[in-house]
Amino acid sequence: MEWETVIGLEVHTQLLTKSKLFSGASTEFGALPNSQACLVDLAYPGVLPVMNREAARMAVKFGLAVSATVAPQSVFARKNYFYPDLPKGYQISQYELPVVAKGHLDIELDDGTVKRIGITRAHLEEDAGKSLHEGFGKQTAVDLNRAGTPLLEIVSEPDMRSAKEAVAYLKKLHSLVMYLEICDGNMQEGSFRCDANVSVRRKGEAKFGTRAELKNINSFRFVEKAIHYEVARQIELIEGGGKVVQETRLYDSDKDETRSMRAKEEANDYRYFPDPDLLPLNISPQLIAEVKASLPELPDAKKQRFMAAYGIPAYDAGLLTSGRDLADFYETVVKESQVEGKLAANWVMGEFSAALNKDDKSIAASPVSAVLLAGMLKRIHDNTISGKIAKEVFEAMWAGEGDADAIIEKKGLKQITDSGAIEKVIDEVMAANPDQLADYRSGKDKLFAFFVGQVMKATKGKGNPAQVNELLQKKLKT
Amino acid sequence: MSLTPDDVKSIARLARLAIAEQDIPAYAKTLSSILEFVAQLDKADTAQVQPMAHPLVGAAERMREDRVTEHVDRERYQANAPQAEAGLYLVPRVVE
Amino acid sequence: MLHTKSLAEMARDLKARKVSSEELVRTFLGRIEKYNPKLNAFITVVKEQALQEARTADLEIAGGRGGPLTGLPMVHKDIFCTAGVKTSCGSKMLDNFVAPYDATVVERMKRAGMVMLGKANMDEFAMGSSNETSFYGPVKNPWDETKVPGGSSGGSAAIVAARLAPAATATDTGGSIRQPAALTGVTGIKPTYGRVSRYGIVAFASSLDQAGIITYSAEDAAMILQVMSGFDERDSTSVDVPVPDYVAGLGQSLKGLRIGVPKEFFDKGLDPEVAAAVQAAIEVYKKLGAVIKDVSLPHFMLSVPTYYVVAPAECSSNLARFDGVRYGYRCKDPVDLTDLYMRSRGEGFGPEVKRRIMTGTYVLSAGYYDAYYIKAQKTRSLIRQDFIEAFKSVDVIMGPTTPTPAFGLGEKTDDPVTMYLNDIYANGVNLAGLPGMSIPAGFVGKLPVGLQIIGNYFDEGRMLAAAHQYQRETDWHTRLPKGYEA
Repeated sequence: MEWETVIGLEVHTQLLTKSKLFSGASTEFGALPNSQACLVDLAYPGVLPVMNREAARMAVKFGLAVSATVAPQSVFARKNYFYPDLPKGYQISQYELPVVAKGHLDIELDDGTVKRIGITRAHLEEDAGKSLHEGFGKQTAVDLNRAGTPLLEIVSEPDMRSAKEAVAYLKKLHSLVMYLEICDGNMQEGSFRCDANVSVRRKGEAKFGTRAELKNINSFRFVEKAIHYEVARQIELIEGGGKVVQETRLYDSDKDETRSMRAKEEANDYRYFPDPDLLPLNISPQLIAEVKASLPELPDAKKQRFMAAYGIPAYDAGLLTSGRDLADFYETVVKESQVEGKLAANWVMGEFSAALNKDDKSIAASPVSAVLLAGMLKRIHDNTISGKIAKEVFEAMWAGEGDADAIIEKKGLKQITDSGAIEKVIDEVMAANPDQLADYRSGKDKLFAFFVGQVMKATKGKGNPAQVNELLQKKLKT
Repeated sequence: MSLTPDDVKSIARLARLAIAEQDIPAYAKTLSSILEFVAQLDKADTAQVQPMAHPLVGAAERMREDRVTEHVDRERYQANAPQAEAGLYLVPRVVE
Repeated sequence: MLHTKSLAEMARDLKARKVSSEELVRTFLGRIEKYNPKLNAFITVVKEQALQEARTADLEIAGGRGGPLTGLPMVHKDIFCTAGVKTSCGSKMLDNFVAPYDATVVERMKRAGMVMLGKANMDEFAMGSSNETSFYGPVKNPWDETKVPGGSSGGSAAIVAARLAPAATATDTGGSIRQPAALTGVTGIKPTYGRVSRYGIVAFASSLDQAGIITYSAEDAAMILQVMSGFDERDSTSVDVPVPDYVAGLGQSLKGLRIGVPKEFFDKGLDPEVAAAVQAAIEVYKKLGAVIKDVSLPHFMLSVPTYYVVAPAECSSNLARFDGVRYGYRCKDPVDLTDLYMRSRGEGFGPEVKRRIMTGTYVLSAGYYDAYYIKAQKTRSLIRQDFIEAFKSVDVIMGPTTPTPAFGLGEKTDDPVTMYLNDIYANGVNLAGLPGMSIPAGFVGKLPVGLQIIGNYFDEGRMLAAAHQYQRETDWHTRLPKGYEA
């Protein structure tokens, strides 16, 4: 019995506006409870919503970036239900007429092929507040700071067929919204939230199976695990003669399982209707043209360009363009140093990224700027230092000891390229190790490495490796 | 449209309105008469008509600049709260 | 007598320093103390605050900084948020609610120097046509205390009719300014939808609500509407259209004014004596040079059922915020969240409010949305079209405001539909978003009758002028109910 998994994803992205979707309160994260909930956010009697222009622009930006249709007119609708973190008793969202319709996102599968994932729609809506169920005894505490923050809800077609594809789509989407600077992608803080609609069907069957909606998944790793668990659960259920129920299930990362949420109030009838406090949202052709002109180079295009311009392979280009600031950093390094693309790529992806990770720093906070790194790469390129010594130089730069030249000077790390000097050292090493010399000359080729080591030791690593190699070859033979 | 007591109960539940058991029949009666009254609309020929959500036909949402313009006076706003502690609103605990 | 003067006269006297604002305020506070106990038209009286504001106004006037409305006393319907003062909407739900901010209308009138005497009683959450649904008890009609003053702005109307204040703000969603104005013999105006900001007015039905004013005369109404009107960026449904000078426009000649009289209004539901008074009023216009024409509003009979789908639908959602969490009434010892909501709302709202919320919930629910809500939005379109058609050949439309004069307290409370039909001539105006007025046009026995004037979009100026000229020819608007002369 062959089973097929069908996955659709709904992602809520918090938009990077300064103020809320329908009020002028701040959207900054981490403020004291309810200190950023103004009268409109608190749903006081008599208050009214007024739409934030920047949120509309960001929605248009997204729509254009996924080749979607941007609706010239869309409507705000009220989604009515009762919950403590929903002060008005309704959420202002978009229902029948969303601002963005029918787009797509291309993902790269493991085998290198490209798969197109459809995006059904994206719409604007306001976020709810936060309910804190723990720590208040028999009560729940409500913080409405988040209430009213703009969200762009992005709904995919049920085009994904494995947890891996789902993760690939999410990562691509995550990178895209950050590229567009419409979302900071911080999954821990809840700026990028994912719900997965998962169902199974027998291979070859045309109809979709009943789906379950998985919620509370806040990392890519958990997405994969949650989907795996759920698929297995559904298959087991069906094979055992049972039926999958359409319901919402919570993913528990501690137990690695999904659980049915207490029957959410008899399948809520949301009674959607157009919000009479708001007028239809018009997106003019001028606005679309303006936003289109301001679109940054998107990840895919940037990746292709890097491969062509810098002669680096797809893998490197993919990594370097995964984030806009990383891509910008790399380009500056190449421009400033004028070295080979691959050399720069190795260093940015390697030592630089490792150091960032180790110190948990962002590129903006990096002690080694692109110019600084470029300076060091120049010295590798012009043979002043070897790649190995460069690691030492990098560490010193990271520690704030100055630029490459200053460090090389101070620590006397200049490579020895004078053949006479190297030959002299080689002579000394040969003389000091007669037994190994004899062994090597009688056929023990492996000992070459020993001699390289000794020469490097004697030159404190500063011997130009290529020259050391070449001269040793010559001298050891005779 | 005639509403049964059960209909009234489920509407009341959806709208979160507690109605005393003894009042339900009265509500069923008056709500039914209202719905019967508005059913007159069925007779109107609206085949060629667009629904009108709003008197401001043809107008579009004006939109505002993305600026922080609200200074939140939390103490003042929470003075009206039936129950608040440490800046948070309190309700009976919700089990998810 | 001070209290029988119009606002315009009071304003002149204040400017000429013949009277002070404090004197005016004391006069009206005295009348409130004397007469309000039997009328029950006030929910809150702010005596000390009013005297303070009056004194400030007097200083402004003395310093030559007074404007046209400085120092004039007035009342706000208790649906307008007034900072620091209880704002109850006539409901137990907000009995303990002190608004932390001023509605835009309140702010503007404050800035113009007007002095608030208190908050007027009203039907609960503006739902009613008789002011009998208020948590604070019914309001009596000063012309006959066994009769209702109309609603939902019954308090505002009774206050002005009994001269407890020269002006009272009010709101009109389906006739709630015009109908009580007609039943109590005063002038009431509901402007075009979008003319006056809704920010700070507790919402009943968002696409229908409009704030207006109840006064002795059209001239007084023009003075205040001037200040109330205008674009407000805090209200997305506020229209950015310039406000003409309503006062200056009052004198415009009525010669050639084309008055449309809808034949459908004079049907069997209309009390013949009311019909007669209205016809007589229209004759006066003929004398003033106006041209009377028959018009037709073929879908007029659909306005009440349309209204009673749209308004409850919107209110069921607007009132969802009253849940006992952040302000307002909370039930005692809720056992869980659902209980908190059910009992806070069940106990906090009165029966009419609950009825409308349930009606609205029903018509929006799955399976009924198309048949009811969408259908009503379509018939709304038809009603609007009727008016637009009619206005192609006339400048204003006139007819009765109500089908009968004031009815008895308790007379229509058994059957909601009977009560709803009181607004039969008024609802359509809100559905179309047009401006409308009611002015006193005579009596049936001792009960006042109102003439309704319906204007074209943003044509309040012409409506006010028509009303003003009529009030120069007649004196219905100057009459006082018996027992309230002193």
